Amino acid sequence: MSSLVGTGALVRLALRRDRILLPVFIVIVAAMVAASAYATAELYPTAESRATAVAVINTATSTLAMFGPIHDETSLGALATFKIGIMGAIALAVLSLILVVRHTRAEEETGRLEMLGATVVGRQAPLTAALLVAGGTSIVTGLVTGISMIAVGLPAGGSVVIGLGFACLGIAFAAVAALTAQLTKSARTASGMAGGVLGFSYLLRAIGDASAGNGLAWVSWLSPVGWWQKTRPFASDRWWMLALLLVFALAVCVVAYMLAARRDFAAGLLPERRGPAFASKSLGTPLALAWRLQRGTFAAWAVIFVLAGLVVGGLTSSVDDFLTSPQALEFIEKLGGVQSISDAFLAVELGFMGVFLSIFGMQAVLRLRSEESAMRAEPMLATAVSRITWALSHVTIAVVGTAVLALLMGLSAGATSAAQIGDSGQLGRVVVGALVQLPAVWVVTGIAVAAFGLAPKQIVIGWIALVGFVLLGEFGALFSLNQTVMDISPFAHTPRLPGGEFSLVPLVALTAIAAGLMAAGLGGFRRRDVG
Amino acid sequence: MEAAITIEKLSKSFGSTKALDELDLEVRVGEIHGLLGPNGAGKSTCLRVLLGLLRADAGTARLLGGDPWRDVEQLHRRLAYVPGDVTLWPTLTGGEVIDLLGRLRGGLNEKRRADLLKRFDLDPTKKARAYSKGNRQKVALIAALSSDVELLLLDEPTAGLDPLMDAVFREVITELRDQGRTTLLASHILSEVEALADRVSIIRDGRTVDVGSLADMRHLARVSISADLVGAPDGLTTMPGVHNLKVDGTHVEFIADPDSLDKVLMTLSSVGVTSLKSQPPSLEELFMRHYGEDGATTRVEEAVTR
Repeated sequence: MSSLVGTGALVRLALRRDRILLPVFIVIVAAMVAASAYATAELYPTAESRATAVAVINTATSTLAMFGPIHDETSLGALATFKIGIMGAIALAVLSLILVVRHTRAEEETGRLEMLGATVVGRQAPLTAALLVAGGTSIVTGLVTGISMIAVGLPAGGSVVIGLGFACLGIAFAAVAALTAQLTKSARTASGMAGGVLGFSYLLRAIGDASAGNGLAWVSWLSPVGWWQKTRPFASDRWWMLALLLVFALAVCVVAYMLAARRDFAAGLLPERRGPAFASKSLGTPLALAWRLQRGTFAAWAVIFVLAGLVVGGLTSSVDDFLTSPQALEFIEKLGGVQSISDAFLAVELGFMGVFLSIFGMQAVLRLRSEESAMRAEPMLATAVSRITWALSHVTIAVVGTAVLALLMGLSAGATSAAQIGDSGQLGRVVVGALVQLPAVWVVTGIAVAAFGLAPKQIVIGWIALVGFVLLGEFGALFSLNQTVMDISPFAHTPRLPGGEFSLVPLVALTAIAAGLMAAGLGGFRRRDVG
Repeated sequence: MEAAITIEKLSKSFGSTKALDELDLEVRVGEIHGLLGPNGAGKSTCLRVLLGLLRADAGTARLLGGDPWRDVEQLHRRLAYVPGDVTLWPTLTGGEVIDLLGRLRGGLNEKRRADLLKRFDLDPTKKARAYSKGNRQKVALIAALSSDVELLLLDEPTAGLDPLMDAVFREVITELRDQGRTTLLASHILSEVEALADRVSIIRDGRTVDVGSLADMRHLARVSISADLVGAPDGLTTMPGVHNLKVDGTHVEFIADPDSLDKVLMTLSSVGVTSLKSQPPSLEELFMRHYGEDGATTRVEEAVTR
C-alpha cells in the first residue's frame, strides 16, 4: 500500500529519538511492579492475614475508588498487585498516548513532518509508525513486567494476564491518541484530550467500583480501564476480557485513519477560531502573558481538584461505615478509633493531593524552559522586561496556582465532609489539612526553578526528584528503608492533618528551603546565557 | 557623537565552538549598517550579545552608550529586535502579539501599527499557529517597527517574505533611516544589503574581515571585463593582475585588478577592440572573494592590516 511507504524509516527515527526514554520507562515500570508485588507478598505470609487485609480493602470506599476491589481473598498475587498493577497500567497508558501525539501531531505542528512528508513518505505512514512504536512499547512493557513477576515467584497465569493487560491498555490509549491527534491542530490539546479520556475512564471505573453496593457497578463497564480491571489477574484470570480492549482499539484506529485520510496536512477537524485584532488592556505584562498561556491548564486542574475534593469529602462517612465489618473493627481500633480513622483517611487523600499539586507546580515552572527552547523567551527579553521579571511570571503562576488549587480542594472536601458528619468545624480542619501540603509542594517547585536557572539542559532533574520523593513515600516503608533516607522527601515532613499533630517548624523550614531554591534558580538564570 | 554600537575584540565560545573571535563592529547613529556573512558566521550571536541574552567571554560591547549586559531594561526601551527564528505563542493572535511586545517595550505608535498592518497586508485576527512563515515574519516586523525606538536590530528580517513584501520592508526601513533611526541589519542576502545599507561589515568565522561603504569596497575591488577583439589577444595570459582569463577565439573574459586596469586596456586596444563590457563586481563576487578559496587569504590579510 503506497500510503504506508516510509513507515519503517519513521519507526526507526522514532526509536532513535526515544532510545533512552523507552528502555528506562520499561525497566522502571517492570521493576516497580515486580518489586512492589514481591514486597507486598512478604507482608502477608498466611492465608488468614491475607483474608483480613482483603476484607478491609474491599470495604473501604476510598481504596475501592482508587484501586478497585480484590476478587480472591486468599490469592497472594491479587493482594500483591491490586495497587501497583493499576498504577503501572495507567502509567503505561499515559506513555503510550504521549508517544503517539509526540510522533504525529507534535511533529506536524513544528513543521518537521512537512520536511519528512516531502520525501518518500506515504500519507498514513507517520500515524502507522507512531502506533507501531506505542503499541510495540506497550507489548514489550507488558512482556517484561509479566516475566519479572514470574521471576519473583508469583503464579505464571496471573502474571501473564497482568502483562497482556498492560499491553492491551497501552494499545487502546495509543489508538485514542491517534484519534485526538486528528481532531486538533495543537499537540498540547491532542494529548490533553487523550489524557482526559483516560482520566474519565479511570473516574467511571472508580465510581463503578466504589458504588457497587448502590447498584452502580455497571458504570465500570463503560470504561476501558474498567475492562482492564475485569481481567481479575490472580483471581479469575479472565484474559478474554482483553479482546474487548483490542476491539475498542481497532475501532478507534479505523476512525482515526478515516479522519487522517480526509484532512489536509497540519489541519485539524475542529475549526480554528479567529481572535481579537488588539490585545486586551490587561495583556501588557509578563505575568499577564504567563497567565494567558497557563489559564486553560489551570482551569482544568481546578475542576479536577474541586471534583476530587467532593469525592474525598463525601467518602468520609463511608469510611466510618466499614466499622460494621467485624474483621475491620479490630484492625481499626488498633489505629485509634472512629474519628481518627476518618481523619486519617482525609489526611492520606490530602497527602496524595500534595503530590498532584507538585505536578502542577512543576509543569508551570517548566514552561519557562519550554518557552526558552522554543525561542519565545528571546523576543520577551529583547523588550524592557528583566530576566527576573520574566522568570518570576511563571514561578508566580506555580506558587499562587498551587495555593489556590489547595484551597479549592480543601474547601470542597471540607464542606462535603462537614455535611457528612454534621460538624461545621470539620471545614476548617480539612482546609488547614490541605494548606499544610503547600510548603512541600513549593520545595518541589523550587527544585524545578533551581534546575531551570542552574542546569537548564538537565531540567528533567525536577521530575526525577518528584518521582523519587513519591517512591520514597509510597514504598520506602515497604522496603524498610532507613528513616533518614525517607526524610529526604519534603512530603515526609508535612504534618498529617486532620487528626495528626500540627507543628509549625517543618512548615517554616520547608518554606525557607523552597525560597532558597527559587532564589538560587533565579540568580543562576540572571547570570547564564539565554537560548 | 558616540556611535550607536561599538564592539571591540568581542569573543564568545559555545563549548569548543568559537562563535565570535575578536569581532569588531561600529554602527554610526542614523545609518543602516549591514552585517553580512554566511550562515554560521556569528551574526545572530553578535545580536544576542548586544541584547544581553548572551554574556561575552572577552572584549567590549557598547550599545546606545550603555552596557548591553548590565543596562538591559533602560537600553531595551530604546531598541526593537526582530529575531532570526520567529516563533510566536500559538494561541495568541498576531494583533495580540504586536500589542504585547510593544507594551513590554514601553508603548507603540498606534498610527504606525495600523499603517504597517495595511502595508504588509497582515490579518491580525488569526491565531499565530495558523500563520505561514512569511506571516509570522510580518508579525515580528510590525511588532518591532511600530515602536518609536532609536535602534533596530534585525536578524535576517526578510526570510520568508515574498518580493512584494520585501519591497515594502525596504521602503519602511529607508523611511525610518530618513527619520534618523539607526538600523543594524544582519543578513546573508547580498541584494538586500546592497539595496539598503549605508555601510557594511563583512564577517566570517566570528571575525570582521572587511568594513566600509559599498563605494569603498567597489573601489578596492577588481573589475569584470568581457571584450571582442579584432585579432587573437596577446600577452594577457602572462600579465599580472589578470584573473580567471577565458579566451574563445577573439572573445575574452577576465577579472582585472583595479591598479592593472590601465595596462590591460592598453594591451586590448593594441590588438583592436570591437566591443567592450566592464562592470563593477556585484556583492556576490565580493563575497566569493572573501569566502571562496580564490584570494580569500590575501583579502583577509588586507582587511586586517587596513
